[in-house]
Amino acid sequence: MTNHWVDIKNANLVIVMGGNPAEAHPVGFRWAVDAKIHNNAKILVVDPRFTRSAAVADEHVPLRSGTDITFLLGVVNYLISNDKIQHEYVLNYTNASFLVRDDFEFNDGLFSGYDAQKRTYDKTSWAYQLDEQGFARRDPSLSHPRCVWNLLREHASRYTPDVVENICGTPQDRFKVACEMIAETAAPDKTMTSMYALGWTEHTVGAQNIRTMAIIQLLLGNIGMPGGGINALRGHTNVQGITDLGIMATALPGYLTLPSEKQHPDLQTFLSTVTPKPLVQGQVNYWGNYPKFFISLLKSFYGDKATPENDFGFDWLPKWDRLNDFMYTMSAMEDGKLNGCICQGVNVLAMFPDSNKSTRALSKLKYFVVIDPLDCETASFWENHGEHNDVDTASIQTEVFRLPSSCFAEEEGSLVNSGRWLQWHWKGADVPGEGRDDGENIAGIMMAVRHLYENEGGKAVEPLLNMSWDYVDPEAPSAEVVTKEMNGRALADLMDANGNIVVRKGQQLSGFGQLRDDGTTACGCWIYSGSWTEAGNQMARRDNADPSGLGNTPNWAWAWPLNRRVLYNRASMDPMGNPWDPKRKLLWWNGTAWTGYDVPDFTAAPPGSAVTPFIMQSDGVGGLFAQGKMAEGPFPEHYEPMETPIGTNPLHPGVVSNPVVRIMKNDDNFGDPSQYPYVATSYRLTEHFHALTKAAKLNAITQPEAFAEISETLAQKVGVKAGDTIRISSSRGFIKVKAVVTKRVQMLKVNGQEVETVGLPIHWGFKGETVRGYMVNRLTTAVGDANTQTPEYKAFLVNVEKA
Amino acid sequence: MQINRRQFFKVCSGGMAGTTLAALGFAPGTALAQARQFKLLRAREIRNTCPYCSVGCGLLMYSKNNGSGNAKDTIFHIEGDPDHPISRGALCPKGAGLLDFVQSKDRLRYPEVREPGTNKWKRISWDEALSRIARHIKDDRDANFIERNAEGVTVNRLPTLSLMASTSITNEVGFLTQKLSRALGLVHVDCIARV
Repeated sequence: MTNHWVDIKNANLVIVMGGNPAEAHPVGFRWAVDAKIHNNAKILVVDPRFTRSAAVADEHVPLRSGTDITFLLGVVNYLISNDKIQHEYVLNYTNASFLVRDDFEFNDGLFSGYDAQKRTYDKTSWAYQLDEQGFARRDPSLSHPRCVWNLLREHASRYTPDVVENICGTPQDRFKVACEMIAETAAPDKTMTSMYALGWTEHTVGAQNIRTMAIIQLLLGNIGMPGGGINALRGHTNVQGITDLGIMATALPGYLTLPSEKQHPDLQTFLSTVTPKPLVQGQVNYWGNYPKFFISLLKSFYGDKATPENDFGFDWLPKWDRLNDFMYTMSAMEDGKLNGCICQGVNVLAMFPDSNKSTRALSKLKYFVVIDPLDCETASFWENHGEHNDVDTASIQTEVFRLPSSCFAEEEGSLVNSGRWLQWHWKGADVPGEGRDDGENIAGIMMAVRHLYENEGGKAVEPLLNMSWDYVDPEAPSAEVVTKEMNGRALADLMDANGNIVVRKGQQLSGFGQLRDDGTTACGCWIYSGSWTEAGNQMARRDNADPSGLGNTPNWAWAWPLNRRVLYNRASMDPMGNPWDPKRKLLWWNGTAWTGYDVPDFTAAPPGSAVTPFIMQSDGVGGLFAQGKMAEGPFPEHYEPMETPIGTNPLHPGVVSNPVVRIMKNDDNFGDPSQYPYVATSYRLTEHFHALTKAAKLNAITQPEAFAEISETLAQKVGVKAGDTIRISSSRGFIKVKAVVTKRVQMLKVNGQEVETVGLPIHWGFKGETVRGYMVNRLTTAVGDANTQTPEYKAFLVNVEKA
Repeated sequence: MQINRRQFFKVCSGGMAGTTLAALGFAPGTALAQARQFKLLRAREIRNTCPYCSVGCGLLMYSKNNGSGNAKDTIFHIEGDPDHPISRGALCPKGAGLLDFVQSKDRLRYPEVREPGTNKWKRISWDEALSRIARHIKDDRDANFIERNAEGVTVNRLPTLSLMASTSITNEVGFLTQKLSRALGLVHVDCIARV
């Protein structure tokens, strides 16, 4: 979230699109309802289903799953055509006025630089025109034909209400209702907040769905505003934290990158490649501090072993050759390229796409280590459970270890919620039986492997033994010590420019502004710096006072970065520092510095300076045009899901789906609409949490058995009535569930045909207290978003028959 | 004068004479008028965070033991934390069932192994589990670790072992997991943030 849960109460319009918080995040959704009751706000839900979020909304506008970009670029077209723009914001705080290179083009569904063989883009042309000093050329009059503003206007102009209706199936009068509600927040003192979740990300165009909303929020001046922003509703308690910590194939903590063998053979090359230079003179370009963050991480990893002479241990980090995200890993596993897997609380069978493929892959492993609090399907993938898991146990040669672990109640530490709040929690009981907590499980493996290397020697001993692990009890590191390590500390006395000591050697740092690139600071996760300072554990703070009345509660827990509650908050004021809405005043200039109810997301540059609010961007502004960052283009474009019910893309039939999606061997098993005519979309119910709560009796009682939601028209078509068992199949597999026939899903008219939606709740399997059932991911495709490799769970094709 | 609660009301219902009894100090003994003592009073109260979606609702957990050194805490009640600025004491239907997660009959209780080709779990000791796992990892690592690629660049990676991380682990365990992964040289590393 750019903002946070309670801040939603400040909105004038809450748009729920790509999520269903009333059911998936019920307690957070209270703040949308609060906005409605106390701030006279409206709630707009855009969703293929009439969800419970829709049930309390002012308007529900339907669309076909997988067509959000068409809908949203239709909104962009409406806003520009009807001049519903926050002009001063757009001109000063976005790249509307920046000139784009002359060789940048968009023709028939493809941007310039496409390589059809490699299915990738050469992004060189997706960039600004630069002057002699290397700074971007701009035209504040917005009249230059190559400025971002005019390119965006032209790009979006194709998305007329006719096109929206034809592709999305949204009736034009309903689309107009949505546009008018959204457009009202172009007024400087009105804001819209966007609440989204996996309903946007789990598409092959997931990241571009979010980018399109970001463009709208910039056009409306809603980024940086209380009650505004782009708010990702994370789906699991510490999705935000584990992402922050970079537990991904090519990442390191704090959104730093793991070096690659091709681009980053040594430290100097690495730092010069990844550290951006300002594209507008005088801008903050905060990522210019990259070397301080990175060297401090190496000092945290390798301690005294990291010296300037050995590039602070740079060579001990593994260098990646390709993106080994989990979908690639599962394919490589299926091909027999992996021997082992350590699986920490991950229910692979229930969560990953194409579960039949997951079973084939896990069966190829030599050893499989599962750390889990529960008896789950994945550790027992080799057990035969009849039709729900029909495997040949004897032929599976995988050696499987199952290590009992803690649940939330049996451990201490911090978790990051969607609003970036790090909240500390305390242990209430021991892990049952002989179980050990999550940290002990990881430390146990680390120490057991190290002992073998210490005793026997072996390959690459340095990277293994030089990783700092100097905990009092190395088999059970305390949460307090590890979290202090992430916060960072001084390794020498740190002086300011005048030679005064700011931080003494050994002291905790108070923020990442104190980090150095000379090895005198250690910091495990720079964005968490300030979470455990010399003043103690900031994450454990429990003062819920709200001095501004805007819900920021600055002394409750701690938010990254620097306890800032609303990101980009300098943009809540005009260039002279006047709040766009005096009733929502967050910050002000006190004559020498910015101060107020939030931690300023800015430097000490005074009102009226040329420094712009988006300090993490090398150009200092919000990007209507994304220079070289996105895989499929600097502007969003509508591409059909990989499995499309209409078999074409009405905008450009030559480029139907996302042209840069990765399709691996054996995953091109796409279904054809002639065999699989219905659009399936998977989701959560309010009574269950993913595949986990089926182990909890109370949740199992409230939703005991798997079902699918289908429309009355589809039920009639396939001869099914409510309560019948139906067989749902895709080109990957089938499941059998009970049919719920409901008005909550409706047939839509798309491109001259009738498209039905099949709703698939995901909570059952062959373990737990619920009625045993099939896992929905037996149906899904193992292709994902081209930027993030998030699988396309929200739009794939199935057939429905009476079982 | 000993008088219990029932007798007290009986006397009082008799009229003015009765009401003066209280004024004279003949109120019933307090213990007799009291309900069974509130169970939470003797419990230890622990603050926690809901482990499901990422609203981050505050929890109050109540655990109990008799205070003797050899008794283990048992959590017997979980409810919303009324001080929490987001949840203000509320829990959703998912969170309302948290106690049944803690006490689920499906909780694992000891290390186990499923030997290749067999159809059952076998209980083993921690020593056996960790030493067998470490042996697998070391043999794999020694056999397949790549120190330099074809161009001579130091790459220090192990391409044959993967790690899939949970998104319900704490930041602290996350950091340990990151350190373990890179110390082993893993590049097949991912979490379930996206599913």
